[in-house]
Amino acid sequence: MKLFKKILIASRGEIAVRIIRGCKELGIKTVAVYSDVEKDSLHVRLAEESVCIGPPNPTQSYLNIPAILSTAEITDSDAIHPGYGFLSENYHFAEACVTSGLTFIGPTPENIRLGGDKAKARQIMKRKGVPVVPGSDGPVASEEIAIKTAKKIGFPIVIKASAGGGGHGMRIVKEEKDLEQALYVAQREALTAFGNSELYIEKYIPEARHIEVQIMADNKGNIIHLNERDCSIQRRHQKLIEESPSPITASEKFRKKIGELGVKAARAIRYRNVGTIEFIVNHDSNIYFMEMNTRIQVEHPVTEEVTGIDIIKEQIKLSAGFPLEYKQGRIRPSGHAIECRINAEDPERFIPSPGRITYLSLPGGPGVRVDTAIYTGYVIPSHYDSLIAKLIVHGKDREEAIARMRRALDEFIIEGVKTTIPFHKKVLNNPDFIKGDFNTTFVEKMNSAGREVPSLSVTKD
Amino acid sequence: MELDDLKELIELIKETDITELQLEKNGTKVRIKREKMLSPMEISVQKFGNLQEKVTQTAEEETRLITVTSPIVGTFYRAPSPEAPPFVEVGSKVKKGQVLCIVEAMKLMNEIESEVDSIVVKVLVENGQPVEYGEPLFLIEPV
Repeated sequence: MKLFKKILIASRGEIAVRIIRGCKELGIKTVAVYSDVEKDSLHVRLAEESVCIGPPNPTQSYLNIPAILSTAEITDSDAIHPGYGFLSENYHFAEACVTSGLTFIGPTPENIRLGGDKAKARQIMKRKGVPVVPGSDGPVASEEIAIKTAKKIGFPIVIKASAGGGGHGMRIVKEEKDLEQALYVAQREALTAFGNSELYIEKYIPEARHIEVQIMADNKGNIIHLNERDCSIQRRHQKLIEESPSPITASEKFRKKIGELGVKAARAIRYRNVGTIEFIVNHDSNIYFMEMNTRIQVEHPVTEEVTGIDIIKEQIKLSAGFPLEYKQGRIRPSGHAIECRINAEDPERFIPSPGRITYLSLPGGPGVRVDTAIYTGYVIPSHYDSLIAKLIVHGKDREEAIARMRRALDEFIIEGVKTTIPFHKKVLNNPDFIKGDFNTTFVEKMNSAGREVPSLSVTKD
Repeated sequence: MELDDLKELIELIKETDITELQLEKNGTKVRIKREKMLSPMEISVQKFGNLQEKVTQTAEEETRLITVTSPIVGTFYRAPSPEAPPFVEVGSKVKKGQVLCIVEAMKLMNEIESEVDSIVVKVLVENGQPVEYGEPLFLIEPV
């Protein structure tokens, strides 16, 4: 079994830097690709070779399959790591890599195709005995079927896009009279966002927690889980803070159960390589399969910190055909880790704030990790997402992790653009968050509570 | 000197090519220096002698010539096949739409055409060289 000689990283920003780091530690050469406004990016600087592949518009650069495959060809790369976002869950790309004789670092094209068809994934899970949120059996083919299904499972329901994510094509419907309109709107949104108007229906679970399980599998079908992450702190279905272990469910029994369900789900679809199974957990601690993420995730460092396993390096080794070197029994999480996603956005209105970083000072000290691609003088382009840094802390328990995160957020200085650091400070000082008593409605509740407080008036002399 | 004056001064300087300014007013001395990124033109000025000539010539050239860049990533070929003669040479007269070269990507031969009637002044890459998006391939002079 031999590792790759050269890997092309088909991504940008902090994850490209992360992947390059893993490659370097494994002695693998790296090729960065970039759009012509990203010549001064950190990932370009750190890679041994770099190739400009197109203009800033992602369709012509980071999503440009011919450009990326051509780059692999002229640089003689053996494998491509797609990172997250962009082409990472595009099964055409995964297949094209295989056809071109390149290893796609990730699951099989079939895994990806299924992961992208949420209605079908639900069906398969249901058949294989993984509990799913009560809902339609596959996609809803017509309005009549939608109404019938909704009445059967009982309102409130949520309409979701089969090909979707990030809240697009998603509508919560509380009463039957709103269903027709909601279906129409969701369909149009799904078509625009994903080119696919297929919808499915689930029972709406209010005040749910979003808990996901990290999966790792080798090509022989050995599958293990690396425990769970709680990602309930979200705004409009975008995760903002993640942690492990889940604070709400400190019971070993629950955690064992959800981990095993994750493996069961992965086995049900013969999952390979690295991925995540997302579950929704209601206030009675019932666990329901929600969807699969067939890629490395933004929040993977949280799991790395509690397990001590370098998921990127493992992912590369697994892709090269190495067997899984860990057995489930050896995976013992230690301590508690929290990650705050720092975005270049207004901390109150969350509007993107691209621009030049005039001053940067990163937090440090024990148990503090920053995954980022920014530096003083870096100009954040407006064409890509607003994530500029991930601040991850690890402590011996949740209390220490929280104190450490507060301390690290205080030390984190980013000037020149607005960031969501103030928002994170607010969460880390919130009594419900500290108690561990929260669900996916937390951010909404915290923000609306904030607005009710009257602003203090300043008296002038 | 008030902060507002300083700000105005800095803004003014930004709009020009001035790299250093020293000002003395009412006993206050101000020196503003700007870190300027050296453009390739300036670098060559510093490296070699005969600067004036080279500088003005390049400036003239720059306004006259068009750089044909690669619109894709691939391998640059000067001829349609290894045995055939190159599409163009230095001095070749080229019509708008005429093929200048091929950039091969994934076994597909992409013909790169001239956008204008011109004369080929310089070939900037070697046959068989890998090129990236935006890589300068030819200098052509429109006629």
